[in-house]
Amino acid sequence: MPSPQMIAFLVFFVVAIASAFSVILQKNPVSSALSLILTLFSFAGIYALESAHLVAALQILVYTGAIMVLFIFVIMLLAADTPVLDLVKTSRFTKFVIGVSGATFFWILVSLVRRAGAIAPTDQWTPEKIESAGGNTVAISGLLFSRFYFAFELTSFLILAAIVATIALAKRQRSQS
Amino acid sequence: MNQLVMEPWMTIAFALAVFSIGLVGIVIRRNLLVMLMCVELMLNSVNLIFITFSRVHQSLTGDAVVLFAMTIAAAESAVGLGLVIALYRTLKTVESEKIQLLRD
Repeated sequence: MPSPQMIAFLVFFVVAIASAFSVILQKNPVSSALSLILTLFSFAGIYALESAHLVAALQILVYTGAIMVLFIFVIMLLAADTPVLDLVKTSRFTKFVIGVSGATFFWILVSLVRRAGAIAPTDQWTPEKIESAGGNTVAISGLLFSRFYFAFELTSFLILAAIVATIALAKRQRSQS
Repeated sequence: MNQLVMEPWMTIAFALAVFSIGLVGIVIRRNLLVMLMCVELMLNSVNLIFITFSRVHQSLTGDAVVLFAMTIAAAESAVGLGLVIALYRTLKTVESEKIQLLRD
């Protein structure tokens, strides 16, 4: 008898795998983007099942809210939503080889992880302790502003660099034309 | 009662499957936008592995790392899409096969 958590995991599992395949096999980029949104929602569900509530909420806000809107916006802007199945040129043998090598890659990864064996807890954040600290979000926030303070500040530089780079890319193009 | 519960290896196998799908997608697709989406798929699967191992280790470091990875993913997709738009303006295409400026 599977637990409710397990049933939810299986639902998210099936939806995510199916929509991930749909991302790479859809002819239309818009369909790919919508499938990717479904995949990211399922990932958010699995994060919530792993009781990573902050990450689950940010997954929906940042990924499906911001990044995917950006993707769909660019697809619309470029009028690139013409259905083109670019797999059509490859032969059936090539498709077979790609499928087999993908499956082999998956199998190698799984066997590498299985070799890792049982892992003993190395830190002290048991579920009870997270609960008494005031929940997942409070505990992670405390960690971000103490142990990872330097990295947290560095991300602001990263975002600044990304903004400058994007503006530079857009501006240089305009001055050339 | 031997209840079937969610175990770490299940989420890790799931994440590895999604990573493989993303990798195959990058190889087989020629549309730059779909290739960027496959990069997002792979980033997400690695995030899930971080979360899972974080739980196994009873640590919260993985969660914090995932937050940083999300920031990097947002910056990466912003710059990547900017590059795609710049390429489309010069070449009028988003097909990776037709980007051969050095060959002409």
